[in-house]
Amino acid sequence: MSGKNINITLKVWRQKNQREAGAFKEYVAKNVSTDASFLEMLDAVNEELISKGDDPIAFDHDCREGICGSCGFMINGNAHGPLKSTTVCQLHMRNFNDGDFLTLEPWRAQAFPLIKDLTVDRSALDRIIRSGGYISVNTGNAPDGNAIMIPKTAADEAFNAATCIGCGACVASCKNASAALFTSAKISHLGLLPQGAVEGEKRALNMVGQMDKEGFGACTSTGSCSASCPKDISLVNIARMNRDYMKASFSKKPETHAGDGA
Amino acid sequence: MVSFIQSTVGKKYLMGLSGLVWAGFVFGHMAGNMTILISPDLYNAYGHAIVSNKILLYGTEIALVSALVAHVILAILLTKQNRESRGTRYAAKPNGEKAASFASEWMAIHGSIVLVFIISHLVTFKYGPVYETTVNGVVMRDLARLIYEVFSNPGAVGWYLVSLVLLGFHLTHGVRSIFQSFGLLHPAYQPAIKKAGVVYSIVVAGGFISQPLFVFLTRAVAA
Ligand code: HEM
Ligand code: SF4
Ligand code: FES
Repeated sequence: MSGKNINITLKVWRQKNQREAGAFKEYVAKNVSTDASFLEMLDAVNEELISKGDDPIAFDHDCREGICGSCGFMINGNAHGPLKSTTVCQLHMRNFNDGDFLTLEPWRAQAFPLIKDLTVDRSALDRIIRSGGYISVNTGNAPDGNAIMIPKTAADEAFNAATCIGCGACVASCKNASAALFTSAKISHLGLLPQGAVEGEKRALNMVGQMDKEGFGACTSTGSCSASCPKDISLVNIARMNRDYMKASFSKKPETHAGDGA
Repeated sequence: MVSFIQSTVGKKYLMGLSGLVWAGFVFGHMAGNMTILISPDLYNAYGHAIVSNKILLYGTEIALVSALVAHVILAILLTKQNRESRGTRYAAKPNGEKAASFASEWMAIHGSIVLVFIISHLVTFKYGPVYETTVNGVVMRDLARLIYEVFSNPGAVGWYLVSLVLLGFHLTHGVRSIFQSFGLLHPAYQPAIKKAGVVYSIVVAGGFISQPLFVFLTRAVAA
């Protein structure tokens, strides 16, 4: 497919660091090939900025294959841009028209402090993972495949939840900056499988607790998260998280040792 | 238990529970009031039967008042927390599916108008002028007369229309949100739940709206 070339005007949020105030700045991306990805278009803009001795626009990226979760910013108010089920690195300029005016803003959330320009600190999500996004298993020889039976439907749902790449678009797109979709994807991904179910209650309590502690908002079921999610993580996971959390809250038992009882 | 209530998830359970109490009540209230479309006597007799059953009356009132107080307090707490969590707002608005629906984005606003409406509605009717009438030999409050008086005023009819439409919006988002808050969402029923929420809201709001409209129009025709 041979592309054509278009001109795009960008209004980009520029901010050196958290201490200095930021502002929008306009740039014209000229002669952009419609075969280029959105990030390649920004690369070209940055080349030009560098050649003029200006500071390039900072944005996160790594794999550029839609699998690592590094990239992401708002394009005209939409997380990862106008398309569904897409990361911004997998968004191509053929989805835009000559003369388009695009506003680029970083993920905004109290729990995502700005680092520079379009990059934010998403380590709050890592801390949620650390609070319970793991399973405890003994090391040793690999167990036999299929030694533990798992219903196909449970495996499907767990795998769907496991596709979450931790990009933070759900938080960024939510009017409450809620991390419910991300947290629930992790809780479902592990809790639906027998190896993860053992610690299911503790996980729900700890991960929801950490999510609240990080200052993410409450879910109000708007569905913006799922619509913006590059992996189409379903709201059903949030329902499961709420259910797990409720059950765990009311059935929590203290850990005891033999001989503790009278 | 304390940490459950302090958590965002726990607050949403309570929000949903208190919303559910009212969502159930408005349906019953709407259905019962349909008697005004049949005859003023039937309406008065229906109202009299309810206020005569003190256990039912006080039980319902206690449940409704405590649910409303809880709902409003939680609404304030959650809305405040959510605004703080959002922090900086975006310069550009999202569009299409990535945007929140009108109903879900403005819950706190139409909810607040519904609160003003509930209070003014109680002042107008429950604590309004008491007329008396006799139906089948029983002396009772003539609420039907008050209703006819109030809804002969197009301003009052307009205010009810607007408030009830907003209640409808609040319910469309509220009813489906309950399923998610309570953890009852299931892939197979997700679209059905969304539809059921809309149908329920249209039935409740539409049913309610028919009452002042009927009174106003029959009045206007009679006059
Ligand atoms: C007849 C009266 C009312 C009914 C039937 C009702 C119903 C509901 C329902 C079912 C929910 C969903 C709860 C959930 O997500 O689990 C809800 C949420 C909410 N309501 Fe109400 N409500 C009423 C009055 C009010 C009032 C008076 C206010 C404000 C002062 C209010 C503000 C809110 C807010 C802010 C939410 C949370 C929005 C969200 O989570 O998306 N509501 N309501
Ligand atoms: S749930 Fe979706 S939007 Fe949220 S972090 Fe995971 S992949 Fe990104
Ligand atoms: S750069 Fe890895 S998902 Fe976009």
